[in-house]
Amino acid sequence: MSRQPVIVGVSDAPTHERGRALPGTHVLSMQRDCANDALAEAGLTMADVDGLAVAGMWGMPGPGAMQPNLLAEYLGIRFPKYLDGTNVGGSAFVLHAGHAYEMIKAGVCDTVLILYGSMQKSQSARSLGGRPALFSNQWDMVAGLPSPAGAYAMAANRHAHVYGSTKETLAEIAVATRAWAGLNPKAAFQDPMTIDDVMSAPAIVDPLGRFDCCLVTDGGGAVIMTTEERARDLKQKPVYVLGHGESASHVNINYMPNMAYLEVAEHSSKRAYAQAGRGAKDMDMAMLYDSFTITVLLTMEALGLCGVGEGKDFVKGQRTAPGGAFPMNTNGGGLSYCHPGMYGIFLLIEATRQLRGECGPRQAGDITNAVCHGTGGVLSSGATVVLSNTKD
Amino acid sequence: MTYDKPVPSIDPDSAPYWEGAVEGRLMIQRCNATGQTFLYSRQLVPGVVESEVEWIEASGRGSIYSFTVARRPAGQAFQGDCPYVIVSVELEEGARIMSNLVTDDPDSVAIGQAVEVVFDAVSDELTIPKFRLV
Repeated sequence: MSRQPVIVGVSDAPTHERGRALPGTHVLSMQRDCANDALAEAGLTMADVDGLAVAGMWGMPGPGAMQPNLLAEYLGIRFPKYLDGTNVGGSAFVLHAGHAYEMIKAGVCDTVLILYGSMQKSQSARSLGGRPALFSNQWDMVAGLPSPAGAYAMAANRHAHVYGSTKETLAEIAVATRAWAGLNPKAAFQDPMTIDDVMSAPAIVDPLGRFDCCLVTDGGGAVIMTTEERARDLKQKPVYVLGHGESASHVNINYMPNMAYLEVAEHSSKRAYAQAGRGAKDMDMAMLYDSFTITVLLTMEALGLCGVGEGKDFVKGQRTAPGGAFPMNTNGGGLSYCHPGMYGIFLLIEATRQLRGECGPRQAGDITNAVCHGTGGVLSSGATVVLSNTKD
Repeated sequence: MTYDKPVPSIDPDSAPYWEGAVEGRLMIQRCNATGQTFLYSRQLVPGVVESEVEWIEASGRGSIYSFTVARRPAGQAFQGDCPYVIVSVELEEGARIMSNLVTDDPDSVAIGQAVEVVFDAVSDELTIPKFRLV
């Protein structure tokens, strides 16, 4: 009986009007619908779910402080055996997949629902300021650091200083990601974009302009994990979770050990690769959290997809775009598809679809191995999983 | 005139920093076990479980470790300041401080430039250590 953990169902919420939730949706019904869609695709029902992992910013202060309890009740999951509400920022869902892996493998539970929803666009819940000047925020907020964009901008300037990356390097990433979005009917922004469009866009926090920054949208998603054994009777070809890792290093950007290098991603990915028995060179594609273009540049270097400081050459000439040498962020990313505040679950959803080979016009060829890496906070936490459609 | 920008929620760990600033002194922490200096103020030095930490007065001199120019404000209170410069300054003593660079020329700011502290008394209670190019 193989308790090898696999992904057997995924779903992302439909949106309209540049990333707005459909009329009549609210943050709980959106998550219910996502969960039921992912379960239906797998050939399961909510009665099969005995583990629940969620994170989100909704319902706070108030019942949102205990989201696992609230969603178990709302979804009718009776006495789950594994609950996870770990919130380490947008990377949380990749981290949840790692925790679910261990719980399933150990036999604590059989079927885990990883779930997310957000109505931040409809509720106009985002701004660049307004966070309390508490604890280590006493310095950033008093100085007027736009949050989180200003923190990422500081990392981008440091990376440029140390390794010679430029605004054009970052623009390559934005343009490639937009080209993928053009092939995803669910993407909020699908119109083609040029390097010049990105570089001449309104500045936000130097060197980041409008198109270096992720979208602000609504959205939600669900991922169902179970055992390889259980998956034999289910509808989808299983996607194997082969390895995982997680880490964290700081809260405020000023305490990032080295602003030019994403050390947390090195730690989380090394563990994930070692457990998977597969390394960076084996990966056919990557889904890297793109809160900002610089996030992607830092992540690819720390994950070993290219050498440290060589990211500028890795992305040059649209190498990560459709038809390029190395497919990356094939759903259109947080930059052009959706970014409801905590994007990590969409990394898992898209990698699963690519590994099943069901992506139609945006199918990135024959994909066997994919690495997903989520970043949370301001380059603060990292979680990596290695996925594959084969164990062998 | 009232100061309408965010003010720090001063706690026991950070009080010596803000009290020092009112007196025109830039205070940071030092671990006597390792010699490492740091801020924000914590009781534990990174990497050292038990440590003797003391507050020391820094020279106020350092260089720009990184920076950004805000073309869009961090909330309404900063609207009138745009463009303004936020810097991470690496002090001579080693610690990094997040603050503002006082300059009329945001476009010429660069990593590595030498800076020194200036004290901006924004109210009777609050003085903010900022930096200027030297």
